Amino acid sequence: MNDHTGERRAAFWLGVRALLPMHLGVVPFGVIYGVVALQSGIPPLAAILMSSIVFAGSAQFLIAQLVGVGAPALLMVGAAGLVNLRHALYSASVAPVLEHLPMRWKLVLSYFLTDEAYAAAIPHLLAEPRSPFAHWILLGAGFALWAGWQIATIVGVVLGAELPTDWSLDFALPLTFIAIVVPLLTDRRRIAVALAAGALAVLLAGLPYKLGLFFAAIGALALAAILPKGKAQ
Amino acid sequence: MNLWWIFVASGLLTFAIRLSFIALSGRYRPPSWFVVMLPFVPITALTALIVPELLLVAGQISIGFDNPRFWAGLVAIGVAAWKRNVLLTIGCGFAALWVMQVLR
Repeated sequence: MNDHTGERRAAFWLGVRALLPMHLGVVPFGVIYGVVALQSGIPPLAAILMSSIVFAGSAQFLIAQLVGVGAPALLMVGAAGLVNLRHALYSASVAPVLEHLPMRWKLVLSYFLTDEAYAAAIPHLLAEPRSPFAHWILLGAGFALWAGWQIATIVGVVLGAELPTDWSLDFALPLTFIAIVVPLLTDRRRIAVALAAGALAVLLAGLPYKLGLFFAAIGALALAAILPKGKAQ
Repeated sequence: MNLWWIFVASGLLTFAIRLSFIALSGRYRPPSWFVVMLPFVPITALTALIVPELLLVAGQISIGFDNPRFWAGLVAIGVAAWKRNVLLTIGCGFAALWVMQVLR
């Protein structure tokens, strides 16, 4: 009896490969995080381990900055939660695909459910939601991001070196997201909903704790619910 | 102030947010309006991440030639729609960005 090792491995590497281009943007970000964390007075070991314990780039930057200014502990935890609120949307989005899995899988994949891993895996999950190996794609993407993030953090903390910023490598993230989203815009309704999300995100960009991203997505999702499905739309 | 407790609490809260709907799946049936919106999550959430990166410079909307990211983003959107190839989209986007940064 075939134990499906080959299919699992193929799905895992599909997730890894889908995530790899994002490392262009993620690794410099992680290095800078390491530098900023040290400058805020966080000890080297704590700065490195925060990347495993919290494992959320924007929230880690925010915590480092708040530690630097001596903010109250409760404010830091609350801010980290608000910054990561949008991950609840990813959780809702992948939940139907992961429904049949044992709880240990759900726990592991939830830990890995970042912007990048979600973006890398979701086109494949949407294309084959019934695939018995879909969760291996998300695991591959999540683990690849995790590994890159840990290495980048250690480089930033240990070497303290900043990568050249004039190459604008951080632009790799929006470019990869564009490459993922544009092929999903297959009809006018989807295009209208995407345009609404983009416009709302720009309008709400001034909100603290990245809440603009969350409310822009919620607002555009509400539009998706009320727009008629007809082909003319 | 104990840094470790702040990290652990922030990590647990982040983990709980990511686990929320995944943990509930299979235990209750969400309402139909909720299910209808789910396929739009990648489109809305990722577009909300992209567009401010392209349009905003220091919090202000800028679509002039002094904002190369807007024009490089348009190139990438065009290439993505045309070829549907991730690496080609990233390559063309970076090429456009660097050319505009040099010419500027």
